[in-house]
Amino acid sequence: MNDDNEIKQQRQKYIATALSNKKVGIAGAGGLGSNAAIALARSGIIKFVIVDFDTIEQSNLNRQYYFLSQIGQKKVRALENNIKNINPEVSCILLQEKLMAGSMWKPFTDVDIIIEALDHAETKTQFIEEVLTHLPKIPIVAASGVAGYGQSDRIRTIKTGNLHMVYDKEALSSDEDVLLAPKVCLMANWQANIALELLLGESI
Amino acid sequence: MSITVNKKTVDYVKEETVQALLKRLRFTFPLVIVKINGNHVPRKDFKTVTIPDHADIRVIHMISGG
Repeated sequence: MNDDNEIKQQRQKYIATALSNKKVGIAGAGGLGSNAAIALARSGIIKFVIVDFDTIEQSNLNRQYYFLSQIGQKKVRALENNIKNINPEVSCILLQEKLMAGSMWKPFTDVDIIIEALDHAETKTQFIEEVLTHLPKIPIVAASGVAGYGQSDRIRTIKTGNLHMVYDKEALSSDEDVLLAPKVCLMANWQANIALELLLGESI
Repeated sequence: MSITVNKKTVDYVKEETVQALLKRLRFTFPLVIVKINGNHVPRKDFKTVTIPDHADIRVIHMISGG
């Protein structure tokens, strides 16, 4: 029992040290980005680059990691506050701007891993293309098919080179189906879980 | 003479472009990430890049929501 405890403590220490040196890029601070960032901050990531142009609306609260008191605030600023309420040691580089085609990859040149957490299919596709083209060595963890509820077992991870896609290929788009906390958070945390595995090496 | 698309075997067609392959397989959804033998093909090249025999192709739909 004591040996087990010691091994576990060493493992926790290793994880904390390893993650404290890593910088994570979050492209979009909506349902995917806010929840993935919180999960990664709780795990021990202390350096983030977060990009989002948007402000918080009441309709976001059914799935995004924000609170009533934050309505009207910039998402990047509110997310930083929420992360710091979990761990005040965290430092975030915040970019309150819209990612524009052609330069979407530029905020992420010095991160260890990128979480794609954008909303529109066109923006997602363009962003992934730019990262694969301009930052081929940086792993990108993306998600596609987050709308709807139930059908959790349809979700899979597709890995091809440095692209890791959390994917429900049967899902409807958010123009045709609802966005709700369980599935959005599931896929955001799935992204965070892949990020941990990539940053730490495979789990036991 | 065959290729694989998302791990399924599909007939090889000589000098078929990515765009033609997507049309043949009825990928009507335009927003896809395509990789051929692990190499990413940007959308702007779909009309010009041709599929080699025995290619291993991955087509991933990007679906709105985030």
